[in-house]
Amino acid sequence: MSPVDALIRRHRLRAIELLPWIIAVGGYFAFADYLPLGSQILIMILFALSLDLVLGYAGIVTLGHSAFFGVGAYAAGIYAARVSGEPLSGLLVGAVAAGAVGWGSGMVILRTQGLALLMLTLAVTALLAEAANKASFVTGGADGLQGVDISPIFGVFRFDLFGRTAYVYCLVVLFLAWLFARHLVHSSFGQSLIGIRENLVRMHAIGSPVRRRLLAVYTIAAALAGVAGALLAQTTQFVGLTVLGFQRSGEIVIMLVFGGVGRLYGAFVGATLYMIAQDQLAKMDPEFWYFWIGLLLVLLVMFARGGILGLLDRVVRR
Amino acid sequence: MMPALETVGLHKRFGALVVANDINFSLEPGARHALIGPNGAGKTTFINLISGRLPPSAGHVLLGGRDVTLLPQAARVRRGLGRTFQINTLFRGLSVLENVALAVAEREGRGGDMFRSASSRRGALEQAYALLQRLRFAEDALTRVQELPYGKQRLVEIAIALGLRPSVLLLDEPAAGVPSAESATIVEMIEQLPPDIAVLIIEHDMELVFRLARRITVLVQGRVLVEGAPAEIAADARVREVYLGERQHG
Amino acid sequence: MEALTSILFHGLAYAMVLYIVSVGLAVTMGLMGFVNLAHGVFAMAGGYVTVTLMNGYGVPFGLALLAAFIITALISVVLERTLYARLYGASELDQVLFTIGLIFMSVAAVRYLWGPLPQPVHLPAMLSGQVDLGFRSFPTYRSFMILVGFVLIALLWLLVERTNFGAQLRAAVDNRRMAESIGIDTRRLFSCAFALGSGLAALGGGLGADILAIYPGYASEYLVYFLMVVAIGGLGSLRGPFVAALLLGIGDTACKYLVPQLGAFFVFAAMIALLLWRPAGVFGRA
Repeated sequence: MSPVDALIRRHRLRAIELLPWIIAVGGYFAFADYLPLGSQILIMILFALSLDLVLGYAGIVTLGHSAFFGVGAYAAGIYAARVSGEPLSGLLVGAVAAGAVGWGSGMVILRTQGLALLMLTLAVTALLAEAANKASFVTGGADGLQGVDISPIFGVFRFDLFGRTAYVYCLVVLFLAWLFARHLVHSSFGQSLIGIRENLVRMHAIGSPVRRRLLAVYTIAAALAGVAGALLAQTTQFVGLTVLGFQRSGEIVIMLVFGGVGRLYGAFVGATLYMIAQDQLAKMDPEFWYFWIGLLLVLLVMFARGGILGLLDRVVRR
Repeated sequence: MMPALETVGLHKRFGALVVANDINFSLEPGARHALIGPNGAGKTTFINLISGRLPPSAGHVLLGGRDVTLLPQAARVRRGLGRTFQINTLFRGLSVLENVALAVAEREGRGGDMFRSASSRRGALEQAYALLQRLRFAEDALTRVQELPYGKQRLVEIAIALGLRPSVLLLDEPAAGVPSAESATIVEMIEQLPPDIAVLIIEHDMELVFRLARRITVLVQGRVLVEGAPAEIAADARVREVYLGERQHG
Repeated sequence: MEALTSILFHGLAYAMVLYIVSVGLAVTMGLMGFVNLAHGVFAMAGGYVTVTLMNGYGVPFGLALLAAFIITALISVVLERTLYARLYGASELDQVLFTIGLIFMSVAAVRYLWGPLPQPVHLPAMLSGQVDLGFRSFPTYRSFMILVGFVLIALLWLLVERTNFGAQLRAAVDNRRMAESIGIDTRRLFSCAFALGSGLAALGGGLGADILAIYPGYASEYLVYFLMVVAIGGLGSLRGPFVAALLLGIGDTACKYLVPQLGAFFVFAAMIALLLWRPAGVFGRA
């Protein structure tokens, strides 16, 4: 096999990539009592997946990704409360709003690097959180957005109390988003993002329009995060200020890093384990949940860079 | 004949420090030109000015007769300017083939393709592989750059630039840090560059310079001291004084 | 006029707290390029130590502040030697993750030990009430804060500009390799600077407990302010962050006073604009 074929082969779908979907479908039947948690997990996977495009592939260290999740959630929530409860158009509204904010903020903040960039991602999120807090006449402010009523999907599938519809809905959306993200990272565009992450100076020197690429991925990732936020708003029928908080931005980075960055499936592994562990442990000892997470994070940085999938890689290679 | 690359009165100051002082320079198509000078003479700055990494304080850069002084790096690359770096500036986590393919994809304007992924990827990879074969570097195609020995990483530096099919190639100390016993493959690669490319090479290793260059420019404190054929430079008293006497230095 | 004086006065007190907390961050980030998001943890620690000593053990305010400084500086230097030092030169992401880990741990620990509510600050009688400056009277505590702030700044500037330690520090910030080549032990220097910066943060946390409430969210909620002081002031300088703290403190106070319905919105927007104008900080070296 020529080296070219060997590299092309890496882009092909492998059987193991279907594993998450088998688990997700199986989970629907096996854990029928836990479907609301299941939907939350799927939403966080989507959110982490969108972050992976920015952080893992393009190498933009951001602490403000919750801005787009929050904008998507608020946009879809307000749309449902004020305009229409139709869910699919609501997703679109969330995606477009978050994508627009991603594009607008990316236009300005991607001109910087390092500390200034990190700072700006934080500041943009803080700004939006303050805006959501103060504009209580549309967002509900600190009390949260009420009155989010979602109609049945296609006018047929009603959101039920057991969260069955919500789970399937989230799963289908996540699947489509994964197809898209997978296609993206294996395209020439995706490769050029990796190039930017690996060596920015060299990308400039081979004539790559670096800022345009970064803006493109930032906008796409923002829109996907917006979809995740919209899903949360629709499935929980509520939007609170925490969707825009530092905590949420930090947590999503942690989920992704636990799973493994820049490998598309780190989001699946990390978000799933994090959400399940949180559900189980936080029940017993909610106070100390964040302590253990913090400790794990410190240990991870010290000893297991690459996350769970990175560790698996090392085991398999031996 | 129209020069492939020309600088007119190129000037660069950092505060009070003048690092490029009224440099008038031209490179014919197919040239093999060396730029030498003691440490701190402003050689790398000159390359950065030409490639657009630094904006000049005054003066012009012309590529193929067109003024590109105000154009960003990427636009200059599209007009045929390729460069390498004195300190390895590579995509370390990627294979050699992918390193070169990134450059090929950008040259073809496909670097931003989000769709048509398989065919556009294959095209870039195949061209990159063909280039590696020509450079007799194909056996390392799938090796990750960070796993290559240092000397071979220097070859990747050049291979990436060649992936751009430049008409002007700036080589910033291609053999930097490589023991002279091992620099043979680098010299070989440079000797086999397509004859129509205009090559400007910065180098400290005089043996290498005199082997590769047909013309030499000596830069001292940001100013052109003298330019001429290798024999003239070797015989020039001023050059001996400021530079050749210090050759152990670099 | 009344409003203006009020804004300037309260803004100045606020700026002092921001500066004392953040200045150490500017120095350590400039010196080692370490993205220490957990800097606020040291300020929070100082706040808790101060409040606990005062409320629980009746220690006088001044002594409690001194204890906060010393205890926090000691803790920080242990952390620096054992953990931070392993990540010098690591990627920005690793440093960010590590320090977020520290924030999460400290938030949980503090909530466990002191509960989720803000700590009450019982000021000594001497500092409560008003002080009459002739043309009008001001709250004594804030006046005290401003006074202490200026004294600390003067001491800090003397330390950095006039002592051997300061000279070494400045040399190392300017050019670390050069400093090392002339025999400055930058590792030790950095440990000292780190301890000093963290101690100052603790002092700021304790001193400003009435402005920046001491509660478990301290280290993450105010992080954006501390980072802004550094990012806008520029790394590795003392003067830049001071001006940035003044801008932020007075600007934020003015916004909240004049247009409470917009809250901190204006301040964030202005800070974003400033950073875009000068990405290396308004007073930083490009």
